[in-house]
Amino acid sequence: MAYSDKVIEHYQNPRNVGSFGSSKEVQTRTDVGVGIVGAPECGDVMQLHIKVSPQGIIEDAKFKCFGCGSAIASSSLATEWIKGKSVDEALSIKNTQIVEELSLPPVKIHCSVLAEDSIRTAIEDWKKKNGIASTTQATAAAH
Amino acid sequence: MAPKLPIYMDNAATGRCDPRVVEAMLPYFTEKYGNSSSRNHKFGWEGEEGVETAREQAAALIGANAKEIIWTSGATEGNNLAIKGAAHMYAKAPEGQPNRGHIITAVHEHKAVLDPCKRLQREGFEVTFLEPKADGIITAAMVKAAMRPDTILVSIMWANNEIGTINEVPEIGKLCHEREVIFHTDATQWVGKMPTDVERDNIDLLSWSGHKIYGPKGVGALYVRRRKPRVRLEAIFDGGGHERGMRSGTLNVTGIVGFGKACELCKAEMDRDGERLLKLRRKLETELAKRIEVTQVNGHADKRLPNIANISFGFVEGESLLMGIKDIACSSGSACTSASLEPSYVLKSLGVGDELAHSSLRLSLGRWTTEEEVDYAIEKITKAVHHLRQMSPLFDLYKEGVDISKIEWQTH
Repeated sequence: MAYSDKVIEHYQNPRNVGSFGSSKEVQTRTDVGVGIVGAPECGDVMQLHIKVSPQGIIEDAKFKCFGCGSAIASSSLATEWIKGKSVDEALSIKNTQIVEELSLPPVKIHCSVLAEDSIRTAIEDWKKKNGIASTTQATAAAH
Repeated sequence: MAPKLPIYMDNAATGRCDPRVVEAMLPYFTEKYGNSSSRNHKFGWEGEEGVETAREQAAALIGANAKEIIWTSGATEGNNLAIKGAAHMYAKAPEGQPNRGHIITAVHEHKAVLDPCKRLQREGFEVTFLEPKADGIITAAMVKAAMRPDTILVSIMWANNEIGTINEVPEIGKLCHEREVIFHTDATQWVGKMPTDVERDNIDLLSWSGHKIYGPKGVGALYVRRRKPRVRLEAIFDGGGHERGMRSGTLNVTGIVGFGKACELCKAEMDRDGERLLKLRRKLETELAKRIEVTQVNGHADKRLPNIANISFGFVEGESLLMGIKDIACSSGSACTSASLEPSYVLKSLGVGDELAHSSLRLSLGRWTTEEEVDYAIEKITKAVHHLRQMSPLFDLYKEGVDISKIEWQTH
């Protein structure tokens, strides 16, 4: 499969790789939202950590990804896009924008969906930790 | 010394045609282009001579008689002809009726064996799909346990195309002969690499293909035993009655000549090639396991072909790993590229966990693989796995001591 130059570039130089602590540590941090989506048997697991200010601004974001090049690029791009945005702005990011930016072929669209899901899940986690009511609907189950 | 890039390590998929094979084929394109069935002129006789020489060369490689070789377009056709042809010929009940006979094969056979068996199931035959243990090997004892009074055919591959494991073919053949059951083996990965003798090894039907033995693509052969027992097959192609009526169609003379030459070369060089490749494969496996933690070599430790290594690197996904080693041509156990998101059914049948099955590489060496290339692959793969693990959330969890299989994943 031929990858777009942007996918290759993100794969070689992924942005914002990392975490804000171990899986245990981030559980108790109220300034950090955690989103883990996907499953090893599907060949994709995305983990997104966001550090959010009390005003709801995403100050920093880190990702880790087990998945194909397109999955890595999608999550890397997602961290770039959400940094500095408010949580509401971040929630408006659609997977189709990721598909377009990375020129993902149809078979790789699920990678962009996972990236969108990871943003949503991380924000939900931060909201839950801070007693903020959820504003989003549950994401579509079927991919 | 740095090797020339890209490096080819996908010889189990196909390989370079040996230049000596190409040389043997060339006159048959432009000079000796006759139809080998044309009996009344020189062009036809020349074609026939090429075909019959090749038949001798092919037979010699497997200890058969030239009359027992049927030309095909490759191992897929050979497998189809052997399995469907034998099932239809030895069926216990006519078409449209149930209980037409029992067939034994295995779950990790090539699709070119599995799919004909599944079609026969729909036609009223019963099929047992044997499941290997973690070492990937089908033993004679497993076949024996599955045998029934109405068993008509056993089809077990000689060596597996993904993991290179070697099944107990001579023993299975012996068992089949004792019970008067027809025995077919898909020997695509075996013949030409390992010594083969259809008499000693008790084979009735054996398929192989040209392009896996440094010959051309689009040509193969099926061995069909002529005595003790005389095996008969119902043809798939109807037509001019070529190949003893089992495979009609004008022969691919050029390809057949190349196939014959490839067989001759393999017979002469397999010992030397095998020894050299085994050394290289062992180096590849041991060096990678030494440098990269949580590495697993799939399949039986010793009962494997000298040229196929199938290795899982935990916590990294196969397709992204291929991306990181893009100047090494090889295969991944993950079928993500085919959109199915399913890891290899062969690895799954061995009980390899999904996350490890997604993380596997098949590196298959060949006649032109050099030690420099193997050294380069070791370095490059090690680097790529480390690059990906530093990004892998699963590797973090492993380091934290979390059992990944116990996590409830949100599956899609």
